Amino acid sequence: MKAKMTRQISKLAIALAFAGLLGGCATSGNPKDPIEGFNRAMFGFNEGLDKVIIRPVATGYEAVLPSPIQTGVANFFSNIADLMIGVNNLLQGKPAQAASDAGRVLVNTTIGFLGIIDVASSMGMEKHEEDVGQTFGRWGVDDGAYIVLPFFGPRNVRDTVGLVFDVATDPVSHVDHIPTRNVLLATRVVSDRAELLKADKVIEEAALDKYSYVRDAYLQRRRSLIHDGNPPKLDPYSGLGDGKTAAKQEGSDASAQVAARH
Amino acid sequence: MRLFALLLAAASFFLSPGIQAQVKELPPDALVRSVTDEVLDIIRKDKDIKAGSTKRAIELVEQKVLPHFNFTRMTALAVGKDWRQATPEQQKMLTEEFRDLLVRTYSNALTAYKNETVDYKPFKMQPGESDVTVRTQIHQPGARQPITLDYSLEKNGNAWKVYDVVVAGVSLVTNYRSSFATEVRNGGIDGLIKTLQAKNKSLEAATKK
Repeated sequence: MKAKMTRQISKLAIALAFAGLLGGCATSGNPKDPIEGFNRAMFGFNEGLDKVIIRPVATGYEAVLPSPIQTGVANFFSNIADLMIGVNNLLQGKPAQAASDAGRVLVNTTIGFLGIIDVASSMGMEKHEEDVGQTFGRWGVDDGAYIVLPFFGPRNVRDTVGLVFDVATDPVSHVDHIPTRNVLLATRVVSDRAELLKADKVIEEAALDKYSYVRDAYLQRRRSLIHDGNPPKLDPYSGLGDGKTAAKQEGSDASAQVAARH
Repeated sequence: MRLFALLLAAASFFLSPGIQAQVKELPPDALVRSVTDEVLDIIRKDKDIKAGSTKRAIELVEQKVLPHFNFTRMTALAVGKDWRQATPEQQKMLTEEFRDLLVRTYSNALTAYKNETVDYKPFKMQPGESDVTVRTQIHQPGARQPITLDYSLEKNGNAWKVYDVVVAGVSLVTNYRSSFATEVRNGGIDGLIKTLQAKNKSLEAATKK
């Protein structure tokens, strides 16, 4: 029994060492991304899944359906999402936004034919983007390590926990009729993906390394969302200028930058 | 001698007004607005760009947008702390390659233009300020949520120059920092220059097809 356990443990140790090795050769030493080896593997898995199934379906969806219908479908799901967006705004201490979100749901569900037409936006009730991960962030919870989840893609530890709540409170996943629920879930995935098709080419072209480009974009985007688009400036290099100002600061902040990186 | 100086002054007076009038002290929000409006106006009319011609879009960007960007500053921001160990020559090459990459990506995005409209958020500036952010929103027809597009500008002499573009909270400049740092760690500054050159070459080849 004991020998078996030792064997198990040593197996685990080897596996961990191997994972560490994998991580070791792929890592760029980003302090936000301590499990880069695992993340890159998972990123590759998601990319493969996207390439083989999701993107082709989304491309077909976009090619076949007239764009007003696509908009209607996207609006329908957006309206459902507004419900929890409102709750999150309330939890974040933003009652005015929460009220506006509730107003959106009310207006769009009735006048907007179950959310298919976004009447509220044209009435000046702005669409917001909130989730439990952002609410945690607002409460001061640290974001933790970056992690690429299978299917769901980029997250950090905080947003992963947030995602569990998001999924648990997602009205679509609470539809009792299982086939209907599954059709709704699948349609939402395709509709969401179709809206991002345009960005594909830009990212492919812009990125030197798609993995780190997507990661860094995710981290920046989440930070911006938590501060509702106005994150405090956090740039140790902003004073670098064109080299003229650099000399002045040389002594003072070079070491601070090194410290910040490690 | 005085005549010569006078002639020189006269010549520069006649030669420069065009250039100076263009960049002279337009406040940052007005600058962003005028360049955006001008570019959108051309895109709406240009048949080649509508048909997806990246080449034509690049010409447009180089002509209308580039003069208002400070690419040296942008490249320094993207490279981060390694910028200082680059020689002036390397800095120049990095800037050229990074500019090409950004111009190409941006130009390709322009060819995907479909009746988007731009909103300008209220802009306030303290007197004497030399580093500001101009916030805009892109509305896509049919889409529920506008995409935010913010420009960071700094004052260079009399003219305001853009040194960062932030799309939906993501800086197109600093988003390169970690991959640039990895390249520098693996192959030095020259390694990064080579990678950028190769990237631009492959993009150029893809455009020609």
